[in-house]
Amino acid sequence: MASHPFQDAATPGAISGPPSAGDYLGDSIFRTIALFCAFLIILLLAYILWEIGGQAVPAFERHGLGFVTGTTWDVSGEEFGVLPEIWGTLYSSLIALIFGGVFGIAIAIFLTQDFIGARLAAVFRTIVELLAAIPSVVFGLWGIYVLIPLLRPASAWLHAHLGFIPLFGTELSGPGLAPAALVLSIMILPTVAAISVDAFRRIPYKVKEAAYGMGTTRWEAILKVMLPTASSGILAALVLGFGRALGETMALAMLIGNSNQINLSLFAPANTLASLLASSFPEAGEIEVQALMYAAMVLLVITFVVNVVGLGIQQLTMRKFEGKK
Amino acid sequence: MSQIDLTSPARAVALPSLERQYLERRALVSGALTALTWAAAVLGSIPLFSVIFMLVAQGGARLDLEALTALPPAGFEPGGGFGNAILGTLVMVAIATLISVPIGLLAAIYLAVLGPSSQLAGVSRFVAKTLTGFPSILAGVFTYAVLVVAFGYSALAGGIALAVLMLPTVVLAAEEAMKQVPQRMTDAAYGMGCTRSQVIWKVVLPTGLPGILTGVMLAVAGAAGESAPLLFTALFSNYYLAELMEPTASLSILIYNFSAMPFENQIELAWAASLTLVLIVLVFNILARLVGQPKV
Repeated sequence: MASHPFQDAATPGAISGPPSAGDYLGDSIFRTIALFCAFLIILLLAYILWEIGGQAVPAFERHGLGFVTGTTWDVSGEEFGVLPEIWGTLYSSLIALIFGGVFGIAIAIFLTQDFIGARLAAVFRTIVELLAAIPSVVFGLWGIYVLIPLLRPASAWLHAHLGFIPLFGTELSGPGLAPAALVLSIMILPTVAAISVDAFRRIPYKVKEAAYGMGTTRWEAILKVMLPTASSGILAALVLGFGRALGETMALAMLIGNSNQINLSLFAPANTLASLLASSFPEAGEIEVQALMYAAMVLLVITFVVNVVGLGIQQLTMRKFEGKK
Repeated sequence: MSQIDLTSPARAVALPSLERQYLERRALVSGALTALTWAAAVLGSIPLFSVIFMLVAQGGARLDLEALTALPPAGFEPGGGFGNAILGTLVMVAIATLISVPIGLLAAIYLAVLGPSSQLAGVSRFVAKTLTGFPSILAGVFTYAVLVVAFGYSALAGGIALAVLMLPTVVLAAEEAMKQVPQRMTDAAYGMGCTRSQVIWKVVLPTGLPGILTGVMLAVAGAAGESAPLLFTALFSNYYLAELMEPTASLSILIYNFSAMPFENQIELAWAASLTLVLIVLVFNILARLVGQPKV
């Protein structure tokens, strides 16, 4: 095996020696397997797209693009449309993003801008991490038995006094958009907070010192220096949080009411793509499964686009800061 | 009076006072915003305390040996528990771990050591990142299309759906952990004449182990709490798991099913099951922190 380097360097009787032919063979086999596994991840995404896409083809041929603009979901009439679900998905995620975003960014500022000592900051960080660890179904259960009873009197008051605003056009009679969106905002808060904290941490400390040196108050430094500097990272946090909200399933399936309608009211029941899948899939017949696969494909495309945009912004941000160092 | 008299006191008044003014507008604004931030932080942690309170108050009251071991009750039946669901959850998470960790670790080895800046690694890393943001229910839809249509609902299908979810998390966490291994250690090993596999097995993996284990534990904790991918892969069962190819109960699906039932007993059990599930997830979270400690 002259093809291996150092083969001639082997001294007979020495305890050390160059790698044997077996070592080389093992090494190249191992490296090939590792390479294959890295490739497997790409293959997995391709397989997911191909499999879900392939199963959606019959429904696509039957309903065409009318599926995306249709508003009825009639199993016996074999008429399917997901516009109300798309609306519900975007609407609930947007509300969640407003609340989750405001609180997430506020908490990120709170944790990184020297408001509290290191020990208390660690406590709050643990609270946020615990929030992320609580399973979706548990939030769903909490929503049913804590949040909905809490929101009901508030919704009745809002409807009675401000009912002329479309947002409060109905009362909350049970499950509905508001409890679902609120639980959703609690669930994306840790994502937004964690990525925003990263964005603030990336800013060199001397930037803040320079701002204080100019005589700014703490909040002038935060609003005019820190926030603009971290803005692209925070934007990434918001987009990725939005992506998370779009795909969240169980808590929504339990809280949103699964009603096939488009309504501006916060207290009306609605539906989302993910919870449509969750609630209809187990009992669906063949035709409906094909339609559901089509719906899954729509969800996949929406979340894929949002995630790629979010990751792109995040990567640009990192490059910006690493390049300037 | 066009001439400026530099010695007159009027000149000094024109200079801004450099003393701190507690009642000037910008100081007040700053104070108000600080108060608002405190309020946001406190308000933001209320849901967590409320959830924990409900879990302990509602679930703790019902969490006894019977709840942990008995089978789910039917309709108006009193008593019962969710022993089969605990077993199902643990079995499916174990299957998912057995599948995703070896593949994920090998992929991470490629991404971190073998070809960190290769084109394949770049694409692979990006795909893994997009996959972590994917709706978990799509893992269920995918597994349904691939496995359930042909072989029916089973624990194996549930485990594979969870593995699809765990894989990208494991890859990214393990890659990050292996990148923390100092370059001089691998350089020294290469200098001794090690092959790349020897460097990986004897230097990179042992040194990065705490970080890798942390990532794996967090992925396991996440998988244990998942329910959407199990809805139509493992379905549910009212009995103990006998073999891997039959419908299987899980804690999260049990909570989902029981939460919508009109019976007091089932709702109490749903809270107790939630407490159990949160405790399982927390145990893995705490383990993740403990194994990650040795790092300086």
